[in-house]
Amino acid sequence: MFRKVVVPVLVLVAGFLSQPALAETPGEVLATIKNDAQAADPSFQGFSAANGEKFFKQKHGNEWSCSSCHTENPATSGKHARTGKIIQPLAPAVNAERFTSPGKAAKWFKRNCNDVLDRVCTPREKGDVLAYLLTIKK
Amino acid sequence: MKFEYRNFFCMLASVAFLTGGMMSAAQAEDDDDDEHRPAATNAKWQAECSACHVAYPPRLLPAESWRAVMSVLDKHFGSDASLDAPAAREIGAFLNKNAGGSRHESSGKLRITETRWFRHEHDEVSDRVWKSTKVKSPANCTACHMQAERGNYSEHNIRIPR
Repeated sequence: MFRKVVVPVLVLVAGFLSQPALAETPGEVLATIKNDAQAADPSFQGFSAANGEKFFKQKHGNEWSCSSCHTENPATSGKHARTGKIIQPLAPAVNAERFTSPGKAAKWFKRNCNDVLDRVCTPREKGDVLAYLLTIKK
Repeated sequence: MKFEYRNFFCMLASVAFLTGGMMSAAQAEDDDDDEHRPAATNAKWQAECSACHVAYPPRLLPAESWRAVMSVLDKHFGSDASLDAPAAREIGAFLNKNAGGSRHESSGKLRITETRWFRHEHDEVSDRVWKSTKVKSPANCTACHMQAERGNYSEHNIRIPR
């Protein structure tokens, strides 16, 4: 009885506890950004991966671009431009953890947009970049 | 049925006991502390501060300096490292509680590497080592302190890169 019932229950509970809170898929995170983009601009038609790639690789008046730390190939590991700490790949196809926590994505967009552009990014800029990252294959 | 419940609670109690035991063993393992107390840890501090660099131990700056660091996280040594309010509160309280003493003061500067203590501890490190591409910055603890990410800065775990 103990092994048959209690052990599987404990395993289930442990598994549940180890799941990140409010996990989403990158597609769901993108859908939320799309809602924001539509709210900001009623004529919004959709995101552009090509624009996202350009935005990602360009500098925007500051010392760093997104690719300064995440590299020009987000399927590979990057390095923090100042501290040298390894940054795991940003492309969801390579790193399944990416863009599965809306809170974490929002936190890093805020920080990194401030570093790269001295301002927050618009929903369109964020969506374009995520659309680009989602086109990257393993 | 009663019997199974008893087993279940025994198992829960054992898990709690073992977890507690593992935690104290991990704390006791750190022999580095210059102030001879176990290295303090906090999950939120570890996760947030180690995102861009080693989570520097709280004892390496006095409480006043940590307060200053935490008050300008949006301009954190040239990067935006801002946190949401609950995370900032928890980490701030942890740093405050476990902060170092006055010998970790850096006369208003907030870099650990500019404290008298840091300079004294590293006074035998040559310019060649500091300038090496594998070290790059004195803030790059893990270049030489092999166990820095686990909070262990013991002299037994130093390997200077060539």
